[in-house]
Amino acid sequence: MTALVLLSYEENQIRSTSRSTIAAAKKFGEVHALLVGHNLSELSQKAAKLEGVTKVLVADHEAYAHMLAQPVTDLILSIAETYDYILVSANAEGKDILPRVAGLLDVQPITDVVEVVNENTFVRPIYAGSILATVKSSDNKKLLSIRGTAFEPVSDEGGQASIEALSKVAHSEKALAQFVSVEVTKSDRPELESARVIISGGRGMQSGANFAMLEKIADILDAAIGASRAAVDAGYVGNDYQVGQTGKIVAPQLYIAVGISGAIQHLAGMKDSKIIVAINKDPDAPIFKVADYGIIGDLFEILPQLENRLANR
Amino acid sequence: MKVLVPVKRVVDSNIKPLVKSDNSGVETDGLKMSMNPFDETAVEEAVRLKEQNIVSEIVAVSIGEAKCQDTLRTAMAMGAYRSILITSDELLEPLSIAKILQKIVEKEQPNLVLMGKQASDDDTNATGQILAGLLGWSQGTFVSKLELTSDKARVHREIDEGVQILDLTLPAVITTDLRLNEPRFASLPNIMKARKKPIETIALSDMDIKTTTRLEMLSVKEASTSREGIILNSVEELVEKLQNEAKVI
Ligand SMILES: Cc1cc2nc3c(=O)[nH]c(=O)nc-3n(C[C@H](O)[C@H](O)[C@H](O)COP(=O)(O)OP(=O)(O)OC[C@H]3O[C@@H](n4cnc5c(N)ncnc54)[C@H](O)[C@@H]3O)c2cc1C
Repeated sequence: MTALVLLSYEENQIRSTSRSTIAAAKKFGEVHALLVGHNLSELSQKAAKLEGVTKVLVADHEAYAHMLAQPVTDLILSIAETYDYILVSANAEGKDILPRVAGLLDVQPITDVVEVVNENTFVRPIYAGSILATVKSSDNKKLLSIRGTAFEPVSDEGGQASIEALSKVAHSEKALAQFVSVEVTKSDRPELESARVIISGGRGMQSGANFAMLEKIADILDAAIGASRAAVDAGYVGNDYQVGQTGKIVAPQLYIAVGISGAIQHLAGMKDSKIIVAINKDPDAPIFKVADYGIIGDLFEILPQLENRLANR
Repeated sequence: MKVLVPVKRVVDSNIKPLVKSDNSGVETDGLKMSMNPFDETAVEEAVRLKEQNIVSEIVAVSIGEAKCQDTLRTAMAMGAYRSILITSDELLEPLSIAKILQKIVEKEQPNLVLMGKQASDDDTNATGQILAGLLGWSQGTFVSKLELTSDKARVHREIDEGVQILDLTLPAVITTDLRLNEPRFASLPNIMKARKKPIETIALSDMDIKTTTRLEMLSVKEASTSREGIILNSVEELVEKLQNEAKVI
């Protein structure tokens, strides 16, 4: 059995969620990685070193520069025949592309896989992660999106894969979508999906400016910053900060929820964190039911104290 | 411009359903059902585009048991002009739903399909993308802002590193994020009016589509969430615990 993994990367770094996807793919047999984009020479070298990958297929062309669903789907379809499994990371990119490929292969995709039971049986969350469903696929080919937090990522070294350039190129004249621009949140902090520590703010933060209080603590702990949907909707921070059912799924060693009530849709994104700390003034806030440690009180008093204590420990 | 808006009837997203005692499935009997919140956003967007005279006709479509009529009435009370109900008692997967929608698109010839990015019950996040693939149309997923003109749709997509802006050639399938808008509550007069709006009913068995199930649900279980947490009295205590007990900092 051979599995194909579509790699996800950002600025010449292969995302850790892709390394988790490879870990899942290894359960099925040999793993080939597909690298799609433009100017990929540095990334191809990195991809070849990924543990467990035997071959890296590289499609390097301008038309692939923004990973648009249609050209990438056409590319995957052109090589799909030889693969029994096609896996992507369950991030925005993977979720965009995988089902389009699946539809054209007449396969029901299995999204957000958190456990591989055997070659055709998988576990995936439903109802905002409150329920886990075990599903068995009767499709000949299996198309899966993998939740990064559920699989220990493979190492980014040790592999010795061969690199093969794919000749198939997308025809840009047939493109159905044109890239206009991208607004990227620039930050030196670790990315949410792989951060060891995350401190998240909710509606209780009251403003975007107040997120500076979280940033100071994040600086000390080398933490990523997250947010609830209410905080994003209110414009305190960008959508890429959102944790939850419709945002990012995280499972850091330490998750600190500040002024977040703990709605089931938020819990969906962080409940698998190792240690959860809740800071909230409402003793009945549901976030305390999932927290290992709680402090009841006004976050505007507690955060400066916490910063101080952490800095002077 | 004509817009097709598929809507799904789901357990209200404020309710957490329970697992059946034999773990064979999720108990939905007797629970409050509502329109999938992501689809509500899609209906709202279509209605706003109609109010701006960019869209001329909105057709809502729902697939499932006869009670999906209620969901269609809600869509029509919000502003959809008419509805199509495809009746079936089967449990249908996204792949089958997309195949049914493909047939409806071929019949109705809309310029745009506007639908929720995922359903709040199965959370699959696939139907729109499958449909776009089957139709050979452009797709704009996870859209939080939409600017529509007669021949193109400019979409702002929520992606992992921020926002991506694309121009889609029409016809297109667009899937909505909740941030696109704040759906309205239908007014009482509009709810009354919606009762008289037409629903065309088609039995799935008359449609000549293969809907064999590919994913068999073997079992379900509750995901564990609650922890034996402790409430601490001071920040000093918290930092001490994080350092020496949990050892995470
Ligand atoms: C389909 C669907 C999908 C959704 N997806 C997501 C998702 O992905 N992520 C997500 O987060 N939400 C999501 N939501 C929204 C979710 O239901 C909640 O509305 C949201 O998480 C609430 O955010 P919050 O906790 O910041 O705000 P609130 O619920 O308003 O809570 C604010 C909290 O701050 C506390 N507080 C206020 N002031 C202070 C203070 N001075 N000091 C200490 N504490 C204070 C309050 O006690 C309260 O508990 C979704 C909802 C739906 C319907």
